[in-house]
Amino acid sequence: MVKDKLMLWSICLLAALTAVPLLAILGEVLLRGYDQLSWTFFTEPTPTAYRAMKAIDAGEPIPGGIANGIVGTMIILGMAIVVAVPLGILCGTFLAQNSKKRFAQIVSYLTDLLQGTPSVIIGIITYIWVVVPMKGYSAIAGSVALCIMMLPLIIRSTEETLKILPSSLKEAGLALGGNKARVMLKVQLPAAFGGIFTGVLLAISRVIGETAPLMFTALGCSLMRFSIDKPISAVPLLIWEFFNDPNLQELIWGASLFLLLFVLTLNITAKYLAKKWNQ
Amino acid sequence: MNDKLYRIILFITALIMPIVCGGVVYALVTDAYDAFEHFGFLKFLTSSEWSYTEGNEQYGALPFITGTLMTTLLALIFCIPFSLPVALFVGEYFKGTKVASVLSTVTDLLAGIPSIIYGLWGFYTLRPIIMALNISPQGSGVLTASLVLAIMIVPYAASLSAEFIKMVPNDLKEGAYSLGATHSEVVKKVIFPVAGSGIFSSYVLAIGRALGETMTVTMLIGNTNNIPISITSTGNSMASIIANQFGEADDLRLSSLIAIGLILFLITALINMIGKIMIKRARIA
Repeated sequence: MVKDKLMLWSICLLAALTAVPLLAILGEVLLRGYDQLSWTFFTEPTPTAYRAMKAIDAGEPIPGGIANGIVGTMIILGMAIVVAVPLGILCGTFLAQNSKKRFAQIVSYLTDLLQGTPSVIIGIITYIWVVVPMKGYSAIAGSVALCIMMLPLIIRSTEETLKILPSSLKEAGLALGGNKARVMLKVQLPAAFGGIFTGVLLAISRVIGETAPLMFTALGCSLMRFSIDKPISAVPLLIWEFFNDPNLQELIWGASLFLLLFVLTLNITAKYLAKKWNQ
Repeated sequence: MNDKLYRIILFITALIMPIVCGGVVYALVTDAYDAFEHFGFLKFLTSSEWSYTEGNEQYGALPFITGTLMTTLLALIFCIPFSLPVALFVGEYFKGTKVASVLSTVTDLLAGIPSIIYGLWGFYTLRPIIMALNISPQGSGVLTASLVLAIMIVPYAASLSAEFIKMVPNDLKEGAYSLGATHSEVVKKVIFPVAGSGIFSSYVLAIGRALGETMTVTMLIGNTNNIPISITSTGNSMASIIANQFGEADDLRLSSLIAIGLILFLITALINMIGKIMIKRARIA
C-alpha cells in the first residue's frame, strides 16, 4: 500500500511539473512583453538598426513596431490558405471515399511522410522549386512553403471527419436520388464542416509560427510591403531578426507575446469548437 | 455535377501528393549530387571537416549527424520521466476526470508554442541557469538544446501513450485486482505489458519530431562545426547547420547543405515509417 501511495504521488508530482514550462514561458513572455504593446507597435514597421541605435544612445525606447511582419504574415498565410484548404479538402475526400484502394493507401502513406518532414527541409525544397527559378526571394515562395506544410494536416482532418460520419447520412442522400457527387457536396461535406474547420484552424496555428521554412523563401524585409513577388517579412522572421541584432533586442518580447497569444487563442478556439460540434 | 467528372477531379487532386513527394526527393537528390560526387558518398558521411577556404573546400556531415543523434537521444531520455507519468495520469489514474482534461489541455498548449519561442525561453531563462550552476561556461550546448527539445516532445509522446494506456481492457485489470494485485502492480504487470508496444511506438514518433526540430536547436546548441565531445560541449545539428548557413552558401557548400538535408529527410522518413507501422500493429493487437 505504501508503494501504491508513493507511485500515485510521484505520478501526480511529475505530471504537474510538465505544466511548469508552459507557465514559465507564458509568464516570461507576458512580463517582458506587455509594456511594449501599444498602438504604434502594430502600425509601424521595424526601425533600421541605425535608428534603433540612436534611440538607445539617447536613452529613448526603440521606435517602430512589427507592422511589416503582421502584413507579411497575413499575405503569405492568406495565399497559402486559399490554395491549401480546397486542395486538402478534395484530397481528404478522395482518401475517405477510396480507403480500400491501393492508390489511396499510397497517397495516405505519402501524406504521413510529408507531415513528418522537418520544416527546414520544406524550406530547402521551396528554395529549389520557387526561389531559384524566380531568381529571388518572394512572398509567393513563402506561401508555397506554408501551403506544403498545411496540406497534410487538412487532408488528415478532412479524411478522419468524413470517415466518422454515420453511413446512414450518405445512404439517405443516395436513396433520395442524389448522385455521389451531389451527396458529398450537399450532405456529407456540410455535415463534416465542424471537423474540417477545426482542422484548418489547427493547421493555421501550426504554420503561423514557423520560422525555418520562411528564412530561405520569404527572407524578410524591414519595409512595409504588399507585393507578392518581392522579399517580405513575417512575425516569426522578425523575432529571429531581433534575436540576432543586439540593437533591436528590446522588440523581441512584444513580437513574441503577439505571436504566442495569437497561436494559443487559435488553438483554444479550435479545441472549443471541436468539443461543441461533437456534442 | 456528374459522377464521372467528380471522380476525375478527386483523382487529380489526390495526384498532388505523389507529385509533391516525388518532387521533394528528386530536388534533394539532384541538388545534393554535386557534393556526393565531389567527396564520395561514404566520405561525406564520415568526414568531420567543415571548412570553406576557397580552393580547398572540405565538407563532411559527421559532426552534424553526431549532433542530431546526441540532442535527440538526450531529449528522449529527459522526456520519458515526465511524459510517462502524464500518460498514466491521463490514461489510467485520473481517466475521464476534469483534472485529466486540464492536464491534456496543458500538454496540447505546450505542443502549440512555436519553436522560436521555445528557443527564446531556452536562451534567456534556461541558459543563465545552466551558467549559474557551473555546468558549462557559455551556457549553450548540446545539453541546453536537449532539455528544451525534451519539453517540446513531451506532448507528442504523452498524448499517444495515454491513448494506448486507455485502451487496455478493463477485464484484464479487474482480473488482476481480484487476484489481490495493488494499483502499482496492475500498472507494472498488466498495463505496461499490454500497452507496451503502443507506448514504445509513441516514443519512436517523438524521436521523429526531435530529429528535425530547427529553430530551438539553432538558438541553443552553440553553433560550432565540431563533433561534440561531451554533453556540455557546443556543436550543430543537421537542421541547425542548414538554418545557419543556407542563406549565405553557394555552389559546393550549398550542395553539401542540401546533401545534409537529404540525409535528414531519409532518417526522419525511416523513423516515422517504423513508428507508424508499429502503431498500426499495436492498434490491431
